[in-house]
Amino acid sequence: MPGPRTLFEKIFNRHVVVERESGDALLFIDRQLIHDLHYRSFDELRTSGHVVRYPEQLFATPDHSIPTMARKLADIPPGEMHDTVAGLEHSARQLGFTHFGIADDRHGIVHIVGPEQGITLPGLTLVCGDSHTSTHGALGCLSFGIGSTEVKHVLATQTLWQRRPRNMRITVAGRLGFGVGAKDLILSIINQVGAAGGTGYAIEYSGSAIQQLSIEGRMTISNMTIEAGARSGIIAPDDKTIDYVHGRPYAPSGPKWDEAVAYWRTLPSDDDAVFDKEVSIDARVIEPTVTWGNSPQYTVGINDVIPDPSSASDASTRADMESALAYMDLKPGMPVSEIAVDKVFIGSCTNSRIEDLRAAADIIRGRCAVVPALVVPGSGLVKKQAESEGLDRIFTEAGMQWREPGCSMCVAINGDMLSPGERCASTSNRNFRGRQGTGSRTHLVSPAMAAGAAVSGHFTDIRKLGR
Amino acid sequence: MEPFSRFSAVAVPIDIANCDTDQIIPARFLRRPKDDPGYAKFLLHDLRFRSDGSETDFVFNQASYRNGRILVCDVNWGCGSSREAAVNALTANRIRAVIAPAFGDIHYSNCVKNGVLPVRLLSTECEQIRAQLHQSPGASIDIDLEDQIVSGPDGAQYVFEIDQMDKLRLIKGLDDISLTLEHQSAIEVYERNYRKNNSWIF
Repeated sequence: MPGPRTLFEKIFNRHVVVERESGDALLFIDRQLIHDLHYRSFDELRTSGHVVRYPEQLFATPDHSIPTMARKLADIPPGEMHDTVAGLEHSARQLGFTHFGIADDRHGIVHIVGPEQGITLPGLTLVCGDSHTSTHGALGCLSFGIGSTEVKHVLATQTLWQRRPRNMRITVAGRLGFGVGAKDLILSIINQVGAAGGTGYAIEYSGSAIQQLSIEGRMTISNMTIEAGARSGIIAPDDKTIDYVHGRPYAPSGPKWDEAVAYWRTLPSDDDAVFDKEVSIDARVIEPTVTWGNSPQYTVGINDVIPDPSSASDASTRADMESALAYMDLKPGMPVSEIAVDKVFIGSCTNSRIEDLRAAADIIRGRCAVVPALVVPGSGLVKKQAESEGLDRIFTEAGMQWREPGCSMCVAINGDMLSPGERCASTSNRNFRGRQGTGSRTHLVSPAMAAGAAVSGHFTDIRKLGR
Repeated sequence: MEPFSRFSAVAVPIDIANCDTDQIIPARFLRRPKDDPGYAKFLLHDLRFRSDGSETDFVFNQASYRNGRILVCDVNWGCGSSREAAVNALTANRIRAVIAPAFGDIHYSNCVKNGVLPVRLLSTECEQIRAQLHQSPGASIDIDLEDQIVSGPDGAQYVFEIDQMDKLRLIKGLDDISLTLEHQSAIEVYERNYRKNNSWIF
């Protein structure tokens, strides 16, 4: 009889092909997702004398290099972006793997498309050459981001060498308050764990506040796991997960569905499973949250003030905080609600699902944006759904831009970007220096908080906007 | 991949906590091919160059550190994006090792897979070495991977830990795919059973 195991260990163990004494395991990979920035992998693989072993386990969609005004390949002007998107499409045609092209409604950000199509399933191993691959953990899938050498390794062998990580459990008790959502929760978690606190760990999120979240909200949580240093953030599959997956195009059906569900029911961590580290969070004390620095760990509540670096516990943190304040042009003691923004971005693999757009639209409805705002749905299907609910009109009537799906201003290499010194309320995942354009200043917030900033011109407590 | 056993070079102190891979190489360079002749300039680009292309006074631009091939960094070096281009930018500058108290997980493995040795030392040790490098610009550090020892600019020795398989990869300059294909028959047996027992996946 095997001893008690965690959710992560159960999936990991099932996929071990070879394990060395050193603790390195060769894992079988069920699915690989790939986006445009990896289009050169196929030529490089060929040059090194290898072939794509299982094209049917590879799924592609371009997202990083998609201009959000483009509806088809021909709309992208000649140059780097066009070559990148066309390069991926060409390899897909040549090698026969699934590719959701720019003109296909199923196209979008790779981490939105995987779950939406049922490519992401509980109990699988899934990798992608993108650090936000942790997103798929929300469905109880063992997923993590890899580098491009590893991408080619998986293409050639359908396996990957991994060291067994330690296990951390983050238990979120209680219920999130009114106006407080998954984004506020994960920012608070990163603040508590620290940007490097999860390094070397696989995180499992549990507790009543996690169970209460929708699958979309859970994806926001898993998505930002990498910002706490951990590659993988997983949530046990439950009835909500199974309902979410049911009937999706690439999900199993008929007798295979029953077989899958029977397996998925065995996945949750055993009651007496041991975690190397346990973290407890109280959902009830979390406020609508804003980041102020250049690491997602630097968060404050909407009614707080900018912290003073002299409060830092060590010299390195103090220096980091001081340099962030200078870069962000903020002063200690300044109320967060007095920070004016130049632009608003609602989108990214963190917050571009239908629920995110609904939350933003709820705030915008009947109001006008007072600063330029960009709304970028996560996929063609999210866009269609939003349009069928009239959300696009709420945004456009408020003077906001409603665009085609893609990564857009989260990574800012598709033409959507800030000018040097501009400040943005952004629903994305990284407030790093220059992330949204050279010299850009990014504050990470929830979709509702971004919408609140769009209609106010500064950060505002959305709970006071009276809805 | 160039094997790594023992290496001495000028070391560059980088005093930036949480230096993410967006700093190491800004995203706008990610579509460039690895053999782009300008690749060396992409490393820490926005810290090293102004918008008009002129150089800042960032440490890497100072004459004594220009030939630096080892970086000594602060906590959480290479956090954030999985972009392997961050390591390509290091190798384009012939950097063979990075010493830091903690690394982003993905960046760490990307380093190993490209023959760049990531060395974890204590935060206080890194701080001490960086201070010495500031005091004696152009000073060298020696790294002996076989014995897992870093010798600082003043000769002080620091022992470091490294996963034995990573060590082997670096010392032999092994390519992962060939290493894995040695297990081809185990993979085939595994796959056959796995596909038979998990038909719902395929």
